[in-house]
Amino acid sequence: MPTFSVLVIDDEVDFMETVANRLKKRNIEALGVASGEQALSLLKARAFDIVLLDIKMPGGIDGIETLRAIRHHHPLTEVILLTGHASLETSVEGMRLGAFDYLLKPVKFEDLLRKIAAAHQKQTLAADKT
Amino acid sequence: MPADYHGTHATTMKRKIYRRLRLQIIGLTLLVAVTPLVLLGGAIYNQFARAHEARIEEQMRLLANSQSNAVDVFLRERTNLLAILVERYTYNEMAQQEFLTRLFETLNRRSDMLGLVDLGVIDDTGLHVSYVGPFNLKGFNYEQQPWFGEVMTKGKYVSDAYMGFRLFPHIIIAVRGRTGQNQWILRATIDLEMLNQMVRTAQAGRMGDAFIVNENGVFQTQPRFDGRTLEGSGIDPKPFSIGTTIVSKSSQGAITYYYAGAWLKSKNWLLVIRQRTDDEVGGLLHTRNTAIAIVALGVLAIIVTTIFIAHIVVRHLAAVQKELDTLSVQLVQSDKMAALGKMATGIAHEINNPLAVIGEKAGWMKDLLEEEEFRNSPNAEEYFGSLAKIEEHVERARKITHNMLGFARRMEPRLDDVEVNTVVDQTIELLANHARTNNIDIRKNYHPSLPVIASDQAQLQQVILNLINNAIDAIGSDGSIDVSTYLENNRIVVAIKDDGPGIPKEVQRNIFDPFFTTKANGRGTGLGLSISYSIIEKLGGTITFTSEPGKGATFSVHLPVVVPEKK
Repeated sequence: MPTFSVLVIDDEVDFMETVANRLKKRNIEALGVASGEQALSLLKARAFDIVLLDIKMPGGIDGIETLRAIRHHHPLTEVILLTGHASLETSVEGMRLGAFDYLLKPVKFEDLLRKIAAAHQKQTLAADKT
Repeated sequence: MPADYHGTHATTMKRKIYRRLRLQIIGLTLLVAVTPLVLLGGAIYNQFARAHEARIEEQMRLLANSQSNAVDVFLRERTNLLAILVERYTYNEMAQQEFLTRLFETLNRRSDMLGLVDLGVIDDTGLHVSYVGPFNLKGFNYEQQPWFGEVMTKGKYVSDAYMGFRLFPHIIIAVRGRTGQNQWILRATIDLEMLNQMVRTAQAGRMGDAFIVNENGVFQTQPRFDGRTLEGSGIDPKPFSIGTTIVSKSSQGAITYYYAGAWLKSKNWLLVIRQRTDDEVGGLLHTRNTAIAIVALGVLAIIVTTIFIAHIVVRHLAAVQKELDTLSVQLVQSDKMAALGKMATGIAHEINNPLAVIGEKAGWMKDLLEEEEFRNSPNAEEYFGSLAKIEEHVERARKITHNMLGFARRMEPRLDDVEVNTVVDQTIELLANHARTNNIDIRKNYHPSLPVIASDQAQLQQVILNLINNAIDAIGSDGSIDVSTYLENNRIVVAIKDDGPGIPKEVQRNIFDPFFTTKANGRGTGLGLSISYSIIEKLGGTITFTSEPGKGATFSVHLPVVVPEKK
């Protein structure tokens, strides 16, 4: 698997850290942050190829707003939405704003890896075309 | 408290309520229907009785009048006859015994029913000078008899009944004759038997009587019952007016008599007709019995009709109530679904995050164990085994929470043109292999021309899949499933009948509840039937089931025939 960078944004710190660690274990450059604010400030400094974004984060900037900002500042970054709170409206909204896909927690790690790979592939193809 | 106690108790309560309702309807209807009928019957009978009484009174009045007139005429005729005789013949002629005998014979021969027993001539000294008749009265002197003076003064006289020289009751008519200065009396005795018979023609009925009394109430003729001529009748004639009056009076205990009296014009005698009321009211009794029979028949008809109507009404009410109960059970079920849906969503959401952490942590541990130093640990296999179990159960929990969310998801059904037979057939295809491996025979019996309906094909398929799957699970192995489609009450019915063990009675009421399952631990989430229920409900239909423990179960999906819009 070619190396690329993944940012995990989730207020559930245990989840966020573990996923980041497991990705790193698979030679993927991964970083985790616990809020939309942290994510956005980090994204000002650098870009990520893939973002795993929890839609529902209490207080501050929520998932949808974060998604909107990422799409605005980093249009090439692919965002995969992740949440324990499945709501059709949010997922439709997320997809409309250009998220790559939508996954419901708990998700099998293999499925997550497949989804990340697919997003990265799409990104690579898009880059090749340009 | 046993589970079916409530059911039995409710049924008993309902039965009591319906019985009371039925009795109330019957009681009230009978009250308003029978009371007027009985009152009407009573009023008509009363009116009829009065009319009947009036008619009897009128008849008796007429009879008494006419009979009184007849007696009057009888007496007047005899008096006139004597008057003609004293005018026609002289004293000397009449005083001759032979002449009088011949005259009396001629009179008897010439006139029909003369009604005179004897004839005699009395001179002005009271001596009976000539006499023809059954008694030897010639030579008797009547000067001291009270009537003698009266005849001499007034010219004619009709006596009351009296004993006289004969010592048995008789009535005489006497007329004064005048030949020059000589005054004499022609006297005749009335045939009392003839008078009796004449009077008695007025009597009517089995116990009726007719007689004449004088102004003192003494019998002048022989009554049929209770008395003899010249005895007191016990009747006080005073209340009888000049016209005819009826007095109804009770005598001899319970027996009541009608009395009709008419005064004679030529004599102060009262002709009395007496009838027993029970003798006269025979017709009335008949009428009363007829009226009672008619009213009784009417009442019987009303009772039968009322009971019949009450029965129909209550049965109808019970049917409506049953329908309402079913509806209310469905409503309660829907409410329960909605409430449980909300709760399920909340719980699923709250559980998903910790589940995700558990899953990832287990995965992370597995990642770390992959490293060399841990791999050679003597317990590495145990670790891997345990982590695999953790992941397996996270997966199991994940399925449950995702199912719960699926159950709660409010997705509007998509309307396709659905051929129900095709959907059922495809679904059976999906499960054919599964059924075959368990040696279960799926038999199809489709209605040949079901209408195409507007419904959600995918959701319908999910429901049919679920029901057939349940049937397979219920049978286990070796059995058969009958899948049939038909039309009933403008609804398409898909019936899935299995020959499995059936659904125990105590389980039946919970069968559509979420999380309710009878399947072995881990094999069912208890959401299949409740999801199916809410899907079919959203499609405008219902799912029903019948089951007899030991004889399998039949689940029926009823779908409304909604004709697709033309495109």
